[in-house]
Amino acid sequence: MTEDIITQGAVAPGGRTRLAGYIPLLIFLVMAVFLGIGLTMNPRDIPSPLIGKPVPEFSLPPVKGGTLGLATADLRGQVSIVNVFASWCVACREEHPLLMGIKEKGLVPLHGINYKDKPDDARAWLDEMGDPYTRIGADISGRAAIDWGVYGVPETFVIDRNGTIAYKHIGAVTPEALRDKIMPLVAELQKSQPRTPL
Amino acid sequence: MIPELGHFALILALALALAQGVFPLIGAARGTLVWMHVGRTTALGQFLFIAIAFGTLTYAFVVNDFSLLYVASNSNSDLPLQFRIAAVWGSHEGSMLLWVLILAGWTVAITRFSHHMPEEFVARVLGVMGLVSAGFLAFLLFTSNPFLRLIPAPPEGRSLNPLLQDWGMLLHPPMLYMGYVGFSVAFAFAIAALLSGRLDTAWARWSRPWTTVAWVFLSLGVALGSLWAYYELGWGGWWFWDPVENASFIPWLAGTALIHSLAVTERRGAFKGWTVLLAISTFSLSLVGTFLVRSGVLTSVHAFATDPARGAFVLVFLGIVVGGALLLFASRAHRIGLGGSFDPVSRESMLLLNNVLLAVAAGSVLLGTLYPLVLDALGAGKVSVGRPYFEAVFIPLMTPAMFLIGVGPMAHWKKTSLPDLATRLRWAFAVGLVTALLVPFAMGGWSTPVSLGILLAAWIVTSSLAGLIERLRLSPVSGGILAKLGANSRSYYGMQLAHIGVAVFIAGATLVLGYESDKEVRMSVGDTIEVGGYNFRLDRISEVPGPNYIASRGDVSVTRDGRAVTTMFPEKRTYGDKKNPMTEAAIDWGFVRDLYVSFGERLDPNTWAVRIYHKPFVELIWVGWLMMSLGGLLAVFDRRYRVAVNKWHAPSSASLLLGAGAAGAR
Repeated sequence: MTEDIITQGAVAPGGRTRLAGYIPLLIFLVMAVFLGIGLTMNPRDIPSPLIGKPVPEFSLPPVKGGTLGLATADLRGQVSIVNVFASWCVACREEHPLLMGIKEKGLVPLHGINYKDKPDDARAWLDEMGDPYTRIGADISGRAAIDWGVYGVPETFVIDRNGTIAYKHIGAVTPEALRDKIMPLVAELQKSQPRTPL
Repeated sequence: MIPELGHFALILALALALAQGVFPLIGAARGTLVWMHVGRTTALGQFLFIAIAFGTLTYAFVVNDFSLLYVASNSNSDLPLQFRIAAVWGSHEGSMLLWVLILAGWTVAITRFSHHMPEEFVARVLGVMGLVSAGFLAFLLFTSNPFLRLIPAPPEGRSLNPLLQDWGMLLHPPMLYMGYVGFSVAFAFAIAALLSGRLDTAWARWSRPWTTVAWVFLSLGVALGSLWAYYELGWGGWWFWDPVENASFIPWLAGTALIHSLAVTERRGAFKGWTVLLAISTFSLSLVGTFLVRSGVLTSVHAFATDPARGAFVLVFLGIVVGGALLLFASRAHRIGLGGSFDPVSRESMLLLNNVLLAVAAGSVLLGTLYPLVLDALGAGKVSVGRPYFEAVFIPLMTPAMFLIGVGPMAHWKKTSLPDLATRLRWAFAVGLVTALLVPFAMGGWSTPVSLGILLAAWIVTSSLAGLIERLRLSPVSGGILAKLGANSRSYYGMQLAHIGVAVFIAGATLVLGYESDKEVRMSVGDTIEVGGYNFRLDRISEVPGPNYIASRGDVSVTRDGRAVTTMFPEKRTYGDKKNPMTEAAIDWGFVRDLYVSFGERLDPNTWAVRIYHKPFVELIWVGWLMMSLGGLLAVFDRRYRVAVNKWHAPSSASLLLGAGAAGAR
């Protein structure tokens, strides 16, 4: 829309071109390129420093009324998903139906870490909403979650059969994230052989 | 039906903006007066239609028309009326509408106050403004239409972000936009001057008052934003170097450089190329700020709805406006000429140094803001750049600039002698030094950073006073001190006031940084905590209903040496369906100190995590900014600008002659 301005300005009768005048334009263009690249990326894709690392050493008791707790050893031997949740967390309510869907399909075991919850509240939540988890560790103090690098609930981890964290999803799991990222990754990890014989 | 009228008015405004962008520019190039005149009428028409659009959207908020998606997403019927009105600009779409309304307002103001300029120049200015406006109107209509319907209409809306339900929200965005958009006027003047090939002192004089007004609004906007963050976010801080704060601060720094550089160009004809470049940069940086806030490329506490399509649009628009302007600058730069010459030690050289420092400061804040983005784009990982970087870079850059505030106004144009300057300023420096040595002890303990900060603040004040005293002593005006005081121009007093405002700000920031104390503790009912010599006792906790929230309120009685000082009522508010409770800090405002109590998490029914701050002289920060803004305002009301405006119909005014000369020379 400023075409007419530019064409008028481009003709400089009798003047010699001084390249110095173009420096501001050049700086701006470099900045614009970076802004353009920035547009294509999602700043909320925060990689966890734990990705590619083995899951931390932890051992959590079951939640009230449950029988199976969760510990490091439970995450070795097969590909699994670990979901950090709490009854007080609104976004967890949002993603819960999707977690129930994972359980129904039965393609991959889903484990839970119940983060900073009161035992009664956690039980009431599972009774009311349904229990999608194979194993649940009750992290009442939140100590284990710190080792996992959790800084918001919910968070969801994909663990490979060596017990290494392969992926971390921050926030409520969405149908798109599940379809495009999490489940394809699970399928891929399940196909691959264990890197180190156990 | 009414929102459709608004939508339609916006489309008409776009058509008028395009006409305003095309005809006057062509008219000015060809010398066709009729075409040049198109600018004035289309500007008025455009303002009218945007005002209609804005009015209909406001009406939709007032009557709770939830069949509009934008209203339903940002307001509900429980929201008090003043916040329903503020909600018009509480989110992206409406704030862009406010933006174009303000742009159209500035444009109309140009048509009103431009009779002393040659018609050809005005036509170019209006043309550039029209093109900018057309870009923003297209942005609104194609990516951010606030008039989209939501059928069937929900019975209730989703409500405004509770953080924004505050009087600061009524004022902060309009002020900020007045500033951002106001710099488009300086930009348009610069482009018009480049197009006409006449970069003379007349251009600088016409541009100066507009630029200063924009700077005043931006200063107020930045200050209000900081004040709002201080009392509303509950962290007790007043500046966080958040990307969105930086987005307003970078153009402010560039704008500050611009108003100084314009002074040199007007008085001495020097720095012409640099001034034009700054005028282009200041508005460009405002646009970059808009891009950063609304495209979602940076994460920030400011929760604007983000959308990549909007980011792409703004980036393309940015490319056309800024790229086009800089290309024009590049093609004309070699013809700009140098203007009056000056010595290495002169007022010009000091203003040049001030400009370089401000520009480098703006550049480094921009760098720090964009650095995470750049690293990410290069695949080098995610980082965040925070306070340590900005303080490490910004303070050393600004320290010499602050020192120059004292020296610059005392220096002579063209050539000045350093020994002479030193003699004239020796008392100012001595008084400043003594103040800097004494204040830390008066405040309760030596601290080198505090002493340095106070030295700068005191130096600015004493050297400004020294300048005033010298003026009075050498004044040719006969009569008493009042007559001598009255002989100085308003722009002189404006400058002095603004500079002392900087000193007040530095003093506040230094003292609060050096001597604030805070405690973060568990408090149960009956507990007493001592902070900064005050005893805070949590007397009780009660549930208090508000218009659209429920608050848990604490009664905190404050005593000092056994005497009651005040009772404070910090709150934690829960708004409607939003589960996230909002902190409403209680602040006991005072000139010498603020007491600040803010609730954190509720640990059990009678116990809260509480943060208590004692902040000495924190209010000087905003007082300083207010003084800077008032100083700018005073300068704008200088007599010579009023003469220029009032005498347009009496063609004897010097500015009119200059204007006519400029037009005739083409």
